[in-house]
Amino acid sequence: MKKLLLALATTAAVIGFSAAASAADKAKICFVYVGSKTDGGWTQAHDIGRQELEKALADKIETQFLENVPEGPDAERAIERLARSGCGLIFTTSFGFMDATVKIAAKFPDVKFEHATGYKSGPNLATYNSRFYEGRYIQGQIAAKMSQKGVAGYIASFPIPEVVMGINSFLIGARSVNPEFKLKVVWANTWFDPGKEADAAKALIDQGVDILTQHTDTTAPMQVAAERGIKAFGQASDMIKAGPETQLTAIVDTWGAYYIKRTQAFIDGKWETTSSWDGLKDGILTMAPYTNMPDDVKAMAEETQKKIESGELKPFTGPLKKQDGSEWLAAGASSDDGTLLGMNFYVEGVDDKLPQ
Amino acid sequence: MRIELERRPDVSRLFSILSPVIALALTIFFGGIMFMMLGKDPILALYSFFIEPLMEVWSLHELAIKAAPLILIAVGLSVCYRSNNWNIGAEGQFIMGAIAGSILPVVFYDWQSPLVLPLMMILGMLGGALFAAIPAFLKAHMNTNEILTSLMLVYVAQLFLDWLVRGPWRNPGGMNFPETRTFDPIAVLPEMVASGRAHWGFGFAIIAAVLIWFMMRYTLKGFEITVLGQSARAGRFAGFSSRKMIWFSMLLSGALAGLAGIAEVSGAIQQLRPVISPGYGFTAIIVAFLGRLNPLGIVVAGLVLALTYLGGEAVQVSMQISDKPIRVFQGLLLFFVLSCDTLIHYKIRMMWYDLSETAGKGAR
Repeated sequence: MKKLLLALATTAAVIGFSAAASAADKAKICFVYVGSKTDGGWTQAHDIGRQELEKALADKIETQFLENVPEGPDAERAIERLARSGCGLIFTTSFGFMDATVKIAAKFPDVKFEHATGYKSGPNLATYNSRFYEGRYIQGQIAAKMSQKGVAGYIASFPIPEVVMGINSFLIGARSVNPEFKLKVVWANTWFDPGKEADAAKALIDQGVDILTQHTDTTAPMQVAAERGIKAFGQASDMIKAGPETQLTAIVDTWGAYYIKRTQAFIDGKWETTSSWDGLKDGILTMAPYTNMPDDVKAMAEETQKKIESGELKPFTGPLKKQDGSEWLAAGASSDDGTLLGMNFYVEGVDDKLPQ
Repeated sequence: MRIELERRPDVSRLFSILSPVIALALTIFFGGIMFMMLGKDPILALYSFFIEPLMEVWSLHELAIKAAPLILIAVGLSVCYRSNNWNIGAEGQFIMGAIAGSILPVVFYDWQSPLVLPLMMILGMLGGALFAAIPAFLKAHMNTNEILTSLMLVYVAQLFLDWLVRGPWRNPGGMNFPETRTFDPIAVLPEMVASGRAHWGFGFAIIAAVLIWFMMRYTLKGFEITVLGQSARAGRFAGFSSRKMIWFSMLLSGALAGLAGIAEVSGAIQQLRPVISPGYGFTAIIVAFLGRLNPLGIVVAGLVLALTYLGGEAVQVSMQISDKPIRVFQGLLLFFVLSCDTLIHYKIRMMWYDLSETAGKGAR
């Protein structure tokens, strides 16, 4: 019995030692995911970014992640666990981790944190986001060309500025092609719930939309669209596998480049807190191949994408009216980033009342 | 062939003590095989799962935070189940307690007084108890099945909370997110000891467990609960009323679930959100039975279950595996514990039939 105990104790000691040793050699870069890393959408896009990071800087870093972390007290614990386990830089990849990240960042001033899509930062807490709305503008244009009925359906998550911005951008794009275009919105009030997302998709199709787009994380709406024989846009990851005949294109989040850039800065000791908001031209988001559409639509989409990348075209450019008919932007004027980041109104033509 | 569970005439004392140990050994053995098949070091995995979370102070605090609502709810449920009242709706009572307790910090957020916190706790208990009073009333006076009514009321509570945080109680400064304003520090349940963030919810859980244990063991009420639970008829001869017992047990468990709800919201979340519980009210049912409906056993069971969550995360971090095998491992542990416990009280009997004869009988 004594021998057994001794053996156990030695093993434990060896394990403890080896863990400590490996941590000392390489910088540990950690990720907190709200969903499963194989969700086919938002979280998977972040995990692909993590894998790219691991490949690019294999000899200098190692990565760790926690998946399916619920927002709330569990998130706080998960982030703290990573901070304590020797992570030097921690990416928390859901809006709902914001307050938890702020709390833990204050508690661990020597660890660096980066929170995706939030608006609270600190000396050791940076935020990063992507101009998803640029992709949504292109999608809107495609939708206006492809829709027979002139009505698209939008599965939205939460009525926060990020999401409202996407809805507006989509419709502005669509109306640049067809000024009569209409948009119906359903609030799923979740980022990740295949059942609810599928229900929302069905409800929209039953209301007569013939193009579907989403700001939620799973491929469920794409599958419903495929079953019902209408076209749809993927979100966060290329969802072509869920709808080979259905997906027109998808906004693909390509976080890898950003993760590599920031981690490199961290290793070099040059990490500083920032609020990064990059777009198509920086490669933080890309468009999945334009499929299931005629060549002229494809050409138009590619043309628009080039214009956005070169900065020639800004989606939020007047003349634009708000939903209530009041003037928002005069002809030729573009919105500043501050207005976009606090956006709490619809533009003219959205067939929905924004939950206030 | 048919498999039957047959009640053993007497229960081995030795094995009722050994059963959790056997279960643990089986879990470690089969879990180890699973980790080996995944190509991971099983010893390291088991170490991260069971030992690592217990080695650090902060992690012990997290353990207490996670275990507190489970214990508090399960202790109340044990009284219900002992008295043969099947309250399945603790999740709903938890939520209604949280809502009732949050009235002060959300609606009357201007009111600053040391009374706020105690009043919140009392309101929380009242909210949970009143919500449990609905199935209690229906059972005591309409003879409805409390399993169904209490369960269905869970959805009512969830949707009510959902409506509140999206509608009237939504934080005016919350960027349109469905959540209430964050509680003022005066409405936040303080930490128990300075070394970490475990709040008084855990203290409530322990106090409740000891009190209920004392009641069950040393008071007439405890005797009444046991007698009525085992035989309502025998209880009637002793002058006990099953109807009063329905009220007593349901209100008590509702109040404790409500207290767990407001303690969790005030201590850990500090605001209301559409979802405030990852199913504590349902997990607590497992905890109650894992603790053999004994309040002190429930304390241990709650801690063990909380450990499986923390250990699961620790394994994910240290071994870099997805959370799916961890869930399987948690399942293994529960399965072995409950089946070992069952086999103390029951033995398995295989009934062999001559098939041709049975078939003949059926035809006749």
